[in-house]
Amino acid sequence: MTQPAAVTDSRLNDSAGVISLDNLSVSFGGRPILKSLNSELRGRAIGLLGPNGAGKTTLIHTLLGFHPPSSGTARIFGSDIRADANQIKRLIGYMPERDSFITKMSGIHFVRFMAELSGLPPARALERAHESLFFVGLGEARYRNVDTFSLGMKQLAKLAQAIVHGPKLIFLDEPTNGLDPPARQRMIKMIREIRDSGQANIVLSSHLLRDVEECCEEIVILKEGRLVVYCNLEEERKANKKFLMLETRGELQTFVQGVSRMGAECAVTSDHRLRIILQDGNEIRDLYRLAADSQVQIRRLAYKRDSLEDIFLKAMENQNVSEAAPVLMK
Amino acid sequence: MAVLERSYKRYEGALSPEWSRFLIIPRHAVRNIFRSKLFTGFYALSFVWPLVCAILIYLHHNAEALSIMKLNVLDVLPIDASFFQAFVAVQATVGFFLAMLVGPQQVSRDLTNNGLPLYLCRPFSRSEYVVGKMSIVIILLSTITWVPGLILFLLQSYLEGWAWFSDNLPIASAIFLGSLVWILLLAFATIVNQMIETHWGNLISLNALIQNVWAGLFGTFVRQVGQVTEMRRGVVVREALLTEPPLWASWFMLFLICAFCLWLLSRKVKAYEVVK
Repeated sequence: MTQPAAVTDSRLNDSAGVISLDNLSVSFGGRPILKSLNSELRGRAIGLLGPNGAGKTTLIHTLLGFHPPSSGTARIFGSDIRADANQIKRLIGYMPERDSFITKMSGIHFVRFMAELSGLPPARALERAHESLFFVGLGEARYRNVDTFSLGMKQLAKLAQAIVHGPKLIFLDEPTNGLDPPARQRMIKMIREIRDSGQANIVLSSHLLRDVEECCEEIVILKEGRLVVYCNLEEERKANKKFLMLETRGELQTFVQGVSRMGAECAVTSDHRLRIILQDGNEIRDLYRLAADSQVQIRRLAYKRDSLEDIFLKAMENQNVSEAAPVLMK
Repeated sequence: MAVLERSYKRYEGALSPEWSRFLIIPRHAVRNIFRSKLFTGFYALSFVWPLVCAILIYLHHNAEALSIMKLNVLDVLPIDASFFQAFVAVQATVGFFLAMLVGPQQVSRDLTNNGLPLYLCRPFSRSEYVVGKMSIVIILLSTITWVPGLILFLLQSYLEGWAWFSDNLPIASAIFLGSLVWILLLAFATIVNQMIETHWGNLISLNALIQNVWAGLFGTFVRQVGQVTEMRRGVVVREALLTEPPLWASWFMLFLICAFCLWLLSRKVKAYEVVK
């Protein structure tokens, strides 16, 4: 006797955000690890960034129901992680950061076993196990014992078990750890394929900015258990916000005042460096003219865009984490 | 997600019933267990004693065979409660070693290879995991304890007649319950504690506990009374009368041990353990 998968999804609200954090706090032995996280994440691929110990993995584990929240709650597809844990788990795939295996099993046996535990009937589980192992590129090695897999192959096997039951939301915890450059590229390509298929949302936790930048549309930066930055990379890219980075010599005060009079936004980042956002109607030649009038030499002028690295470093520089509200960047 | 298309697709098909999911664990585990030649050999050997018992029952009812072997029916073991208790005791001992071969590695492998998060991130609860792992030992031990025990009981009933069956029905329930209690204990705790050689100390010895419970079930439990005399230089300085604990105390301790094992499992079976 089997039950249709659709019935089990009925309580989940598709119109709701993928993940909603509502004052979520987690403490271990009285020590706060996650502190009042609030956010609404809707992207197809959400990046979780932060230095080691920021609480990325704890957040994922809490969403998976491994740790109970000490206060507040979170919702996945509109369902509460505590009240509807079982409903949520049906739609989730998880690729852990650490090596996680059931030993003495071949690749196909391992992935099939995982599919059956997710509720797939044995025949469909075997079929999907073959498909997912081919999808991740372990088709030829699927009858080999998992214990004999290389580190890269183990990462792929972990991905295969996370997607074998066709989840709606996939948590990937440091998926490119220990991979060589070609293997990393393959992993990123697969994550993007899953994202672009539109069949699943992805939460990617990593401290490798490039991985997140290549895969994710939304990013959340955690620092010391607090959410310090929320940024929609997709909208940032669409807005194509560019600024000018100037390296100068000479007295800047008059020049800065002149730039402000032009209507452009100007910020002095160090003794000789300026960031300027020109408004419509402003020309670069106006800047040169103003520099000449103010007796300022422009040694270097370049268009720049806030990279993820800039956003991340800025977030890390902010020392007053306990006081700060998350910076929204759109 | 087809093998040739190699694209990601969600699964929209039917799901297996939730109540039966714990059985996935023994189904996959048993396949792996029987790959071990050592285990398979030992498992085959565990059927030797049931076979010997079956032969004894057969001989008891075959005068021709007894005359060929020049044996008197009185020389052959009587087929009664003691006979079946001995059968259960031998098979339980064999079962203990079988459980030692199979039991501990089931959970320890998952713990050492961080396998628990893979189970618990799915719609699969911690209790289902524990029940699934325990059912590996329960199923395997059942096949060598109460299942052959009841077959022997039915064989004896067939050869002896309906009257013997109805008169000795409690033996059948004793075979089943006695084996099951032992199997559950082994499934919970695979390490036997040290035996303490005192009457009340028996309450913390698994071996003594189960012996008392079996004796109770087979109706052969006799409460022992012993006298301890302490002498110094040939003079009696103290005499104490030690009475063995009553039968209910053994049952109660078994219950406590099982409850403790359950508590330990609920503490330890977690996807990730938070360490201070």
